[in-house]
Amino acid sequence: MPDSATVERADAELIAAVLGGDTASFEPLLKKYQPRVFATARRYARRESEVEDIVQEVFLKAFHKLNSFRGDAPFEHWLMRLAVRTCYDFLRAHQRNREMSFADFTDEETDWLDRFAAKPSDASENAAAARELVEKVLALLSPAARLVITLLEIEDRSVKEVAALTGWSVPVVKIRAFRARAEMRKCLEKLARGKYL
Amino acid sequence: MNIAELQKKLLASARANPPSDDVPYAFEQRILAVLPSKPACDILATWNRRLWQAAGPCVAVMLLLGAWTRFAQHKDSSRETLAADLESSLYLPFDNSTETW
Repeated sequence: MPDSATVERADAELIAAVLGGDTASFEPLLKKYQPRVFATARRYARRESEVEDIVQEVFLKAFHKLNSFRGDAPFEHWLMRLAVRTCYDFLRAHQRNREMSFADFTDEETDWLDRFAAKPSDASENAAAARELVEKVLALLSPAARLVITLLEIEDRSVKEVAALTGWSVPVVKIRAFRARAEMRKCLEKLARGKYL
Repeated sequence: MNIAELQKKLLASARANPPSDDVPYAFEQRILAVLPSKPACDILATWNRRLWQAAGPCVAVMLLLGAWTRFAQHKDSSRETLAADLESSLYLPFDNSTETW
């Protein structure tokens, strides 16, 4: 397995070739990093067509901005920053009607919630209903709240990493994380109020 | 219902089930098809990069000139000579009483 220095050198050579006009050298970069970009995009978009559009935009941006890549950090970090910002732009552009009621839940989701209300330990976090439920709740959050919850709480990144990925300062990330948790709690309270509270 | 516990459980569920990193077949061909022949030159980014690159040498030249000027001042008394020359030139008409205008 090649070490990180070899990978970075290989990336640097490919980037230099692309900047020199050899567009075909972009293909190995694409093949290497598209699984990571797809996984990131799937955190923010549900429909596969939207995911593909996001990934395409990320790589087009990367290609156009390639000459602004200074090589101080690995290419992967630069690309993931671009991917996270593109996903954030996507969330902001697709802020749909974020109103939702308990009636929008499927029977499985309602059952899972019933089980949780009766005995929290009985409701498995690996259940498909829980996965669907968390998707729906995240979709109710504001773009900034969803981004910060995803990066901090779900991807388990540090505040510093989130700041680097989003371009926000560390205090801003902390404030937004605090607000995002409160926003998520508020959403859950609102959804559960009708039936359980 | 314990909302804090529910929030924890849902977040744990999201953590336990990361999204797939599957790539649709030949997706890279779709991107390569829309790529232009060469990356566009981002003038602002280039200008920004060149400015940052120039900042280091500029600071170095400034420091060198500053050090050289300070060192030259201590070593050379030409400033005092210049002041004395200026003073004598200014007072020359008064010193030379025989000369009239």
